Amino acid sequence: MNQREKEQYLREYSILKSQGKPFFPYAVAKDGAMAVVTMISIIVMAIVFGAELGPKADPTTTTYVPRPEWYFFFLFELLRVIKPAILTPLATIGVPTICLVLLVLLPFYDRNAERRPERRPVATTAGILTIVAIGYLTYLGAAAGSPNEIDMKVQPQYEAGKLVVAQSGCLACHKIGENGGQIGPNLTDIADKLPKAAIRRTLDNPTAPMPSFADLDEGKKTAMVDFLATLTGEPQVVDGE
Amino acid sequence: MAKLKLPAPPLPAALQPKPKRPGTAERVGPVEQVKEGAISAVDWVDERTSVTGAARWMMFRKVPKGTNWFYTLGSSTLFAFLSQATTGVFLAMYYDPSATRAYESTRYLTNEVFLGEFVRGMHRWGSSVMVVLLFLHMGRVFFFGAYKYPRELNWIIGVILLVLTMTMSFTGYLLPFDQRSYWATIVGVNINGTGPIVGPFMSDFLRGGAEFGQTTLSRFYAIHMLLVPGALAALIGAHLYLVAKLGTTAPPWLKANEPQEFNRERV
Repeated sequence: MNQREKEQYLREYSILKSQGKPFFPYAVAKDGAMAVVTMISIIVMAIVFGAELGPKADPTTTTYVPRPEWYFFFLFELLRVIKPAILTPLATIGVPTICLVLLVLLPFYDRNAERRPERRPVATTAGILTIVAIGYLTYLGAAAGSPNEIDMKVQPQYEAGKLVVAQSGCLACHKIGENGGQIGPNLTDIADKLPKAAIRRTLDNPTAPMPSFADLDEGKKTAMVDFLATLTGEPQVVDGE
Repeated sequence: MAKLKLPAPPLPAALQPKPKRPGTAERVGPVEQVKEGAISAVDWVDERTSVTGAARWMMFRKVPKGTNWFYTLGSSTLFAFLSQATTGVFLAMYYDPSATRAYESTRYLTNEVFLGEFVRGMHRWGSSVMVVLLFLHMGRVFFFGAYKYPRELNWIIGVILLVLTMTMSFTGYLLPFDQRSYWATIVGVNINGTGPIVGPFMSDFLRGGAEFGQTTLSRFYAIHMLLVPGALAALIGAHLYLVAKLGTTAPPWLKANEPQEFNRERV
């Protein structure tokens, strides 16, 4: 925006402003109506959804799955989109920081004098893409459920294995039942495809990019293999139900 | 535009105001006395502060032609903030920021205190409403090109307000001290820790040491209750001052055509 464009803007703006109406009561009335709508939505949400209080914080459990407030989902999901461990700082700090810097500096690199959205194709497209990306990541976060929770009923002796699998991040790539991602093979019926010994061999010596579980504690690994070897795709019959 | 005037209701003759008899003195009724008192009180304050000038400047400035409902998003974000501040004060009357008592006081507040769950629900969902309104307001400013000259500084203040609001949400999430808030905060602090160079210091600062515990809760409480709300209120003040000083933008598709009488006015 050069000096001429700045002066032209100020001139046009002063005309539009002089043709406008006073803030009080015209704009105040609209703002007031909107404030009432805001208040009503807050009150309705407070009554309908209430304020649930979960069980007391217990530092000794590690099985509890952390879930941020929904408007942090898009930040949380970046972790899942940017997978390799070496790039984790990029997902956690790098991308958000870059986005924030880009946001702060927006008026300084977008120096186009044009203000109509349809005549600023780059800015409008970038804005819409950002909204779509945030919306999509929020949706992923909401739909994914907890990243290390397997909603499956199993025999009590396999609960330990299920826990190990859940905590080992398998679901980041593999699907088990209703949970997990689509990157790796579906494990819901893995026992039909691989015998127990082959599952163990795959854990020790997997094909890239899956990490090796060769260093995993022997007891945990056995529990894991035992659990995976029960996955036939059929719902399991649980004693006592 | 001609103002529509409603006809006066048909009052019985006894109730209709009668014109004064000529020659009788103006009677000073209690209403006039109260009016007079109020005016002199305002005058007293104004003589010492000149506040009515500022109020007139704020309230009777013109908003440009074409101002529509999209322009209410900012003020409703402010309204949501005020609601958060008010409900927060009531929550603070019962909340106890100690690792051993935090959960218990929240449980008491939720289940025992009159309207406790309602006020906590308003605070909890009010934060969602505020974040949604804030993003909508930001989208309006972006697509209307309202961050451009001469309002660049106000855009920057707005981005800082966004970050501070997210900080409020992050620190407030821990305070009920239930499983969900505890583990989400641990992950959040760990995420801070993965940052290059300053990351580990950041998470150490947030935790108040290497371990997550009482200090962490105290820190989050102080940040949530004192530091960030103060900064938010101050920056909202600056934001509003700049809005009033620079004026709100007109919708970008409006073309300014100089009408005849306007030209005459300026000459």
